[in-house]
Amino acid sequence: MDKRASLAEAVAEHVRDGISVAIEGFTAFICFAAGREIIRQGRRDLTLIRMTPDALYDQMIAAGVARKLVFSYLGNPGVGPLHCIRRAVEEGVPAPLALEEYSHFGMVARYSAAAAGLPFQALHSCGATDLPAANPEIKFLDDPYGSGPVAVVPPLHPDVAILHAQRADAEGNTHLWGLVGVQKEVAFAAHKVIVVVEELVSNEVIRSDPNRTLIPGLVVDAVVVEPFGAHPSYVQGRYDRDNAFYLEWTGSPATRTRHRPGCRSGCSKSQIAPPTSPISGSRG
Amino acid sequence: MHTAAEMMIIAAARALAGVRTVFVGVGMPNVACNLARLTVAPELELIYESGIYGARPQRLPLSIGDPTLVTGANSVVSMADLFGLYLQGGHVDVAFLGGAQVDRHGSLNTTVIGPYHSPTVRLPGSGGAAEIAINARRVFHLLRLSRRTFVEKLDFVTSPGHGSSALRGEGPQLVVTDLALFDFENPEREMQLTALHPAVTREQVRAAVGWDLREAASLAETPAPTVEELRLLRVRLDPTGLYSR
Repeated sequence: MDKRASLAEAVAEHVRDGISVAIEGFTAFICFAAGREIIRQGRRDLTLIRMTPDALYDQMIAAGVARKLVFSYLGNPGVGPLHCIRRAVEEGVPAPLALEEYSHFGMVARYSAAAAGLPFQALHSCGATDLPAANPEIKFLDDPYGSGPVAVVPPLHPDVAILHAQRADAEGNTHLWGLVGVQKEVAFAAHKVIVVVEELVSNEVIRSDPNRTLIPGLVVDAVVVEPFGAHPSYVQGRYDRDNAFYLEWTGSPATRTRHRPGCRSGCSKSQIAPPTSPISGSRG
Repeated sequence: MHTAAEMMIIAAARALAGVRTVFVGVGMPNVACNLARLTVAPELELIYESGIYGARPQRLPLSIGDPTLVTGANSVVSMADLFGLYLQGGHVDVAFLGGAQVDRHGSLNTTVIGPYHSPTVRLPGSGGAAEIAINARRVFHLLRLSRRTFVEKLDFVTSPGHGSSALRGEGPQLVVTDLALFDFENPEREMQLTALHPAVTREQVRAAVGWDLREAASLAETPAPTVEELRLLRVRLDPTGLYSR
């Protein structure tokens, strides 16, 4: 089955106002192109889900697409705070932002429970912290086999997941290598999955290296070919992280002091030059 | 001569002697771990919550998901495996944590200043800190000493210290700061001053802590950085001085 679509088509079909969207990838494979397309199409009232919101959600929240954020860490790894999200939380600008906060392991456990069809996942975390009081979704059960209390979290099924990878076939069988993160769990947990890749390959290529298949086409609804779609984040073996872009986003006066920074012009694809920094990562 | 940051990094590196696995974030802890690998702990394997076991970065990583951590690592795994099998499974000897606030029990706040639902400052939040504090065998803190940080009462407990039944490991063991070293070696497991860095006084330290600071029976002086430690730091590990100046 041929699931190819353009990014605009895939977003128009699957990302509707008011739904929940997970664009995961831990520092790597973050589909910024999809985030910009969502802004371009003027989506509103979204629940954005990401373990580390990153500059991507900072931009989307500044652009006014979100009413709620589900997350576990609000920093921009190695760069600094996410000013637009902080402003939304501290000042309600551009709009109030509801938060549902977990630890990293809590988010991973939610995705895992959802992916595996379980009613909750147990984990040793959050005990003796203030997080359960802040987020009543984090509960404690007594181990029925007698070891005492253990934290549990409910499943998390995003309405739509958008996941970036090196390559996939037209059916959506997706090869991803490098930081695999939680993408596999998210793909199985989400109701709809859009995979965005650097290149389309044949099913023979997929079958030549089955260990690399992180996401089977079985759970994929659309396949988009969008080279550099993860820029300024990175794709192992293809392009490096554009740290200058991240630092500029964090440090710019527009980010720090104004809401609705010129997102439309600042983020248009025509203004994104291919990265010139050396490609790092494995050649395989 | 050395900077306060260099003393912190070097003191943290020395504390990793004999350690097999360390859970690390970017910044100073990362530099300290790499310095330890070159000095007191050549067998040390670096674990990153992004899913990396045994990182050997060729350049200073700018984030815990930096591709230089992936290339040449012993293993790259899913985050479910990293948190489940490596951390919760009990294979992390030492973990470094920091925070905006710490209290005398070694509990940390990285969530909010002010009330949770209307914070004056929204901090990044737990990330992996809540589970790291609970599951690592030992926790080392790397913090700048100040009254703003060392507080009587946290605005929010993100990572638990001593005094609760939540810890599955031994909890906080060492606090490395820019002025002094602390441990928790007393029956109450309360933070106590154990060593002053060169040219630092007791009074300076006490003035920078927001509670009546406990002190060990006798105070040591932290040995100054050696020529070799500084050379490794300045020439090899952090030549631009991003974290050490």
